[in-house]
Amino acid sequence: MIIFQNVSKFYNNNSHQTTALEDASFTINSKEFVSLVGKSGAGKSTIVKLLIAEEKPTNGRVIFGSYDVNKIKQHELPQLRRRIGVIFQDFRLLPNKTSFENVAFALEAAGRLQSDIEEFVPQALEMVGLKDKMFNFPKELSGGEKQRVAIARAMINHPDMIIADEPTGNLDPINAWEIIKLLIKINELGTTVLLATHNKEIINYLERRVINLENGRITRDEEKGKYILV
Amino acid sequence: MLTTLFRIIKNGFLSFWRNGWLSMATLSIIILALLVFEGIIIFNILTKTALTALQDKIDISIYFKTNTPEDEILKTKKSLETLAEVKNIEYIPRDKALEIFKERHKNDSAISQSLEELQDNPLLASLNIKAHNPKEYVIISGHLDEASFKGWFEKVTYAQNAVVIERLGRIIDTAQKGGLILIIFIALIAVLVTFNTIRLAIYSNREEIGIMRLVGASNSFIRGPYVVEGIIYGTIAGIISIAIAGPVIYFASPYIKIFIPEINLWSYFASHLFTFLGYQLLFGIGLGIISSSIAISKYLRI
Ligand SMILES: Nc1ncnc2c1ncn2[C@@H]1O[C@H](COP(=O)(O)OP(=O)(O)OP(=O)(O)O)[C@@H](O)[C@H]1O
Ligand SMILES: [Mg+2]
Repeated sequence: MIIFQNVSKFYNNNSHQTTALEDASFTINSKEFVSLVGKSGAGKSTIVKLLIAEEKPTNGRVIFGSYDVNKIKQHELPQLRRRIGVIFQDFRLLPNKTSFENVAFALEAAGRLQSDIEEFVPQALEMVGLKDKMFNFPKELSGGEKQRVAIARAMINHPDMIIADEPTGNLDPINAWEIIKLLIKINELGTTVLLATHNKEIINYLERRVINLENGRITRDEEKGKYILV
Repeated sequence: MLTTLFRIIKNGFLSFWRNGWLSMATLSIIILALLVFEGIIIFNILTKTALTALQDKIDISIYFKTNTPEDEILKTKKSLETLAEVKNIEYIPRDKALEIFKERHKNDSAISQSLEELQDNPLLASLNIKAHNPKEYVIISGHLDEASFKGWFEKVTYAQNAVVIERLGRIIDTAQKGGLILIIFIALIAVLVTFNTIRLAIYSNREEIGIMRLVGASNSFIRGPYVVEGIIYGTIAGIISIAIAGPVIYFASPYIKIFIPEINLWSYFASHLFTFLGYQLLFGIGLGIISSSIAISKYLRI
């Protein structure tokens, strides 16, 4: 279970303050599929960053399961992050590692067996259709291919929750639907999914809960939501 | 546990290899720093040898009048030996002095001939005094001036050489102090340059470090490969710096011998090769590990 309790995030750069998130409160239950929509700059990625403690909230509390994310101890942080698989909007692949190694890194970091790595990593890459690019470095991959490596990496650890920050942004419609179907399937197998997206068709197709953000504020939060752009 | 260690080592080697020119640039800086260290060690050895050789040449000799009984000379010797400043005293009787003199001039026929013609031994018995420290000759000389047995002295060399001895003492003193400061200064610069180079290399990896954190790697799992890289740097740099220094020392050795005949630098280096290598590896690896560990901690806070 995830709880955001009156969470605000302000960025201060050279005496200029940006409001990324203001007084946001919501709860996501285990095994839910929630979409996060809103215009560019509305604060979607900010919510993702607060959840994995990449950024600290200015005010409020963020709770993930038994962890109080902002008060978490340094040595517990990796454990929290291994339970959340994130598909970053900007991929965040390790440039000096191949697709295989990028995906394997999540397993290595979790201390999994070498035999697991050899078995699961090719499976995951095959699932996202990248088996033939297994030994290519990120700079040799297209945007969509990088995105798919990021997806494989996020899923490899069987996390409690998958956060997909605009996971279809660089994909063609066919690939995009494949990914969305994959997310739905993963959700049906019991993983919580948080999907941040601009894609109206996807939202309308999903017919799941939608949280709508505007200028850092939650303006709508409805079950079986539709994509409404104000 | 073992798999993790193996992965850390593997990732260290991979990162070293894949960072290509960055690794090479860092490596060459560490090699330079180690060469500086090596230079310092050798400089130290050379100055020490030169200074001891110089110190050894300084002494005070007391020449006794020809009619002094040997008893008196030995008594004088004994009493001087009680002084704390005195390191040792060598007694050279008249006939021994003559022997030394003959030996020294055996190729000079004029001198040997005139010696033969002399019936009597013209040389004086002497006590040759060495102090622990060149600065202490003044004190010893002071004692001699007040000694009760002063009446037997024909001459004391200190009086003649006082200025030179004193000056040498001071030069040796400042050379040692100044050398130490210089060494500390140079070593500090070498350490700082190395540290900064490694820091820059890690700085260029800061984003990756952040990514590793975000996908759930523990700090030790991230730091480990960088420490391994530091060890790789240190090991390779240590070996290469020795390989560079070897030939340089080999060719420089004869020239150094001209200035400091007491040392054969090449054979010293060759016989202490493993000590040198050990020091270099210690410096290199130590520097690599410490620099990496300090530099990376800044980026592990995400
Ligand atoms: N590190 C930062 N420093 C300053 N301002 C920031 C920083 N990160 C984000 N912001 C600002 O916070 C606001 C919310 O950003 P966020 O990344 O959450 O938007 P988003 O909803 O993910 O947008 P997009 O759909 O374009 O990805 C934006 O106005 C952005 O400029
Ligand atoms: Mg975003």
